[in-house]
Amino acid sequence: MILYDYILSPSCYKVRLLASLLGAPLDLRPVDFHPGREHKAAELLALNPAGSIPILVDGDLVLTESAAILAYLAAQKGGYWLAGDAPAAIARHQQWLDFSHRLTQALGGARLVEMLHFEGDLAALQTRGVAALRELEAALFVQRLGGQSYLIRDTPSIADIACFPYVALAPDGSIPLDPYPSIRIWMRAIRALPGFIEMPGIHRRHDLAPDPFAEVPS
Amino acid sequence: MTSHAMRDAWYPVGLLSGLSEGGKDSLLLGENITVFGSATGAPSVECSGRTLPVVRRFGHLWTSLGTPDKDLFTIPEADHPERVRVDVGVVRVKCSPLRAVENFLDIAHFPFVHTDILGAESHPEVSEYKVEIRDEVDEVWATKVEFFQPQAARSAGGGITTEYMYRVPAPTCAVLYKTCPPRPGAWDVIALFVQPLTEDLCDVWPWMALFDDESALTDLIHFQQLIFLQDRSILENQIPKRLPLDPAKETPTRADLTSVAYRRWLKRHNFTYGAQLVAG
Repeated sequence: MILYDYILSPSCYKVRLLASLLGAPLDLRPVDFHPGREHKAAELLALNPAGSIPILVDGDLVLTESAAILAYLAAQKGGYWLAGDAPAAIARHQQWLDFSHRLTQALGGARLVEMLHFEGDLAALQTRGVAALRELEAALFVQRLGGQSYLIRDTPSIADIACFPYVALAPDGSIPLDPYPSIRIWMRAIRALPGFIEMPGIHRRHDLAPDPFAEVPS
Repeated sequence: MTSHAMRDAWYPVGLLSGLSEGGKDSLLLGENITVFGSATGAPSVECSGRTLPVVRRFGHLWTSLGTPDKDLFTIPEADHPERVRVDVGVVRVKCSPLRAVENFLDIAHFPFVHTDILGAESHPEVSEYKVEIRDEVDEVWATKVEFFQPQAARSAGGGITTEYMYRVPAPTCAVLYKTCPPRPGAWDVIALFVQPLTEDLCDVWPWMALFDDESALTDLIHFQQLIFLQDRSILENQIPKRLPLDPAKETPTRADLTSVAYRRWLKRHNFTYGAQLVAG
């Protein structure tokens, strides 16, 4: 499987993160998104007319929506990260996958304006971003009261992975995460998952890393 | 109030490959400027109706609000025809421009911020190195800096001990020379050019001139962006926002010698835009 990837793209990171959590190998094909805008050049537009990344190519299959790519990876590894069979769970799962687009547009948009000089109405993007974060905070708070650590149950699903990166990187768009304790606990749970990988701005949990000096010389 | 010494320095304001003929508004030392590209190859910068002096070098357009008393510095090693010169692109950082440079000069953070790439938590030691302010060129230099690195460069296969030299030729610019994995004896050149927008906001233009026959250009860009964006999230959380120049404010260790020399050099020249002079 080839992933057309950009190291600073939260949407590409979603795919890399889930692949790592699942133990699924990916061939990465780096795309010069900034400053080169290679995703808008002929070769990639031929693959994805929307001019966006990530793009996953597996044989004849070409996927250009990150939620679809996550579902494809999860389904290949036994479906543990999918919603299961219950109608309500399927619907809630889909609801959060759709919700993740609001995060991408608002928080991701603010981040591109603030960090990489993209055009956009920063104040409007931040307002929409904060509204989405408040909605997520409320939902995660209710989940936590019910003893559930993640968006739809007590184990993670691809909905968590779809929402996590843009939320974690909200401060890049000058939107602090300090007011959202439930979101912060949820992010911490995701960062503690076996196989978690970092991206710039999303750090590994150094506090839980093995003590490098703990080894007793033999 | 901007100190006059900083007004007379050169600053990067855009990639030559990315200028817009219609003009792009920006800031320099708190003043509004507009950067114009040109189809005929003569880009310009304006500030309140004034045309500012410009220099085209290292893939970037440079300007100054004042009257520079010397030419923009050069990096002779970067001119080697076999080098790949890489425009990494701009990244905006909510920090003092001086803090961005100081962080670039620091190696002690490698194991913790660039874990398993530029440093490893099992190898945090900073061995002794040499720092001097070279009066004849009026630059800060750190030499004989050695550090163990799991993946020193895009072209490095595994862990190696890398040797570094650091150079500060201008108040908001730093140049790093480091061991070049495919070419023993040669140095890779990695520079950080910082455009001070305000005292606590800057645009950072990383740039590189490397010997690397193997890696694709995009891989090189991504590697440098990965490293710099790891720094960014640390830089935006440093307190105090402005770089403290009062020696009473912080207690440096031996590993901070380059930073100590940089701060002393800034103070000597009254390069204090983005600095805190008296401990608050």
